[in-house]
Amino acid sequence: MAQVASITLLQNDDARPIIEAILADNPGVRVLNMHGAVKLDCDHSITIKRASVEERLGRAWEPQEIQLVLVSMAGNLDEDDDHFTLSWRH
Amino acid sequence: MTVKKLGLRQRYEHMTRGLDWETTYQKMDDVFPYDSFEGIKIKDWSAWEDPFRLTMDTYWKFQAEKERKLYAVLDAFAQNNGQTNLSDGRYVNVVKLFLTGISPEEYQAHRGFAFTGRHLRGAGARVAAQMQSLDELRHLQTQVHTISHYNKFFDGIGEFPHMHDRVWYLSVPKSFFDDARSAGPFEFMIAIGFAFEYLLTNLLFVPFMSGAAYNGDMSTVTFGFSAQSDESRHMTLGIEVIKFLLEQHPDNLPIVQKWVDKWFWRGHRLLGLVAMMMDYMLPKKVMSWKEAWDIYFVEAGGSLFQDLERYGLKMPKYADIATEEAEHISHQNWAVFYQYTHAAAFHTWMPDKEHLDWLSAKYPNTFDKYYRPRWELWAEMEKEGKRFYNMALPQLCQTCQIPMAYTEPGDPATICFRATQFQGETYHFCSDGCKDIFDGEPEKYVQAWMPVQQIFQGNCGGPTVLDVLAWYNLNAGADNMDYTGSPDEKIWKEWHPDADAARKAV
Repeated sequence: MAQVASITLLQNDDARPIIEAILADNPGVRVLNMHGAVKLDCDHSITIKRASVEERLGRAWEPQEIQLVLVSMAGNLDEDDDHFTLSWRH
Repeated sequence: MTVKKLGLRQRYEHMTRGLDWETTYQKMDDVFPYDSFEGIKIKDWSAWEDPFRLTMDTYWKFQAEKERKLYAVLDAFAQNNGQTNLSDGRYVNVVKLFLTGISPEEYQAHRGFAFTGRHLRGAGARVAAQMQSLDELRHLQTQVHTISHYNKFFDGIGEFPHMHDRVWYLSVPKSFFDDARSAGPFEFMIAIGFAFEYLLTNLLFVPFMSGAAYNGDMSTVTFGFSAQSDESRHMTLGIEVIKFLLEQHPDNLPIVQKWVDKWFWRGHRLLGLVAMMMDYMLPKKVMSWKEAWDIYFVEAGGSLFQDLERYGLKMPKYADIATEEAEHISHQNWAVFYQYTHAAAFHTWMPDKEHLDWLSAKYPNTFDKYYRPRWELWAEMEKEGKRFYNMALPQLCQTCQIPMAYTEPGDPATICFRATQFQGETYHFCSDGCKDIFDGEPEKYVQAWMPVQQIFQGNCGGPTVLDVLAWYNLNAGADNMDYTGSPDEKIWKEWHPDADAARKAV
């Protein structure tokens, strides 16, 4: 069974540009819509790129801001100034 | 001269570890007296990883923003009488069980992380534990503020701290956290940080809070997801703790494995209450407990343990039994509360036909064979005026403190009993998992405050049910018994006279 990296975000306007950036940057991502939240799953690794979010948001955005819309996640976290990545790779 | 902004990693380094020091007036071992007796060996605290790299200044900024958003929603909910827009009056019972059974454990977690935040030697771990301690206090406060609005209209809410310390089923979560908080700091971190936060809280806060959203409870879903944004940080702390301990010394592996086995099983038993909330108490369902278990334990937990295999850590003992039980546990728990509705501070009911059909569809292997016939019989008895109450006090499991109502693995028609002799006394257990935990530390579990034994010993207000309920501060006739005929149902019908007429017409 492939290890699933996963992130769950709120279903709201603040999270939408992040969700769209994830859909664009992670081929094969699977979407589970729940009431109030959306779970995004990808085999092995899932990443959020600062540049992709800023492009959609139209303003500067720091990956740490994700904490305001984050619901849950699975995988080892690697966070830096330009990305927020969950993965099972080493 | 231009001032260059520090990157995330550098800022974190300066603001946490850069502020730490080695004590010289007092020996470090005297300043941190609790981090060695459990047998955990740490060679290098600086190897601790902090993936979120959150510093206190940023923490306050984000938390303030979350609070502003949450309290705006709570105000709007109260001003617009949001309680009248729920899917059904029955829904409020999940909020009651949440406040009495879960919110006080947020406070216990706050105390526990304050302790570990003081007593771990590494600055990275201390800062993360300090933030989590503050988070847990915030969770208690926001839950109390949110649910206080329901307390204006519904029963069973106002006495929650008193009930938490006394009521029989609330001893299940209470004893879980008492066990964790009376352990050493490393076991606490594995118990709450890893086993509870990483493996199990998703099951509580994600599908269940999504259920709150679906059932029109705008305020609970908002505090739930606001809390859950902190939980993601807690989960990361939990996974870092376990990796750090396993990387530090090979001798740590058997100790950690034993804690993982223990706290997985204890957590599985505790979350049986949530299983029942999801399958029976949400009027509009989001997913079954079994489906949630498959997503959040089988798939997510499976990925995690595959990752931890390289340290030699194995899946928790009895994980296969727990997965088998996911097809039974909500039904078996609801049966207990239905039988003991006179002693519970929330309302019960038998599922209607639509709900029974949903359960049959979600549990094709078990529901029609083992549970539906019993529910239909009990519904029939209600109609005949012979509603079934169990007036005998149940035998409790010495470890999880749940009545002995669970069945044998592989044989759902036989109740599972296990027993151990210790210092001339016999102790009883609901499962091999709970027996193993007792056998690992019998001196600890013989001290457990067992609600039924305490009633028989005369320590709970008196010999009759009404005496005990009075000692619980449980308002008999309002807080307890079936939803049908309750003051909750009455007020709900006053708000929705048309819905009631429509139901009768069908």
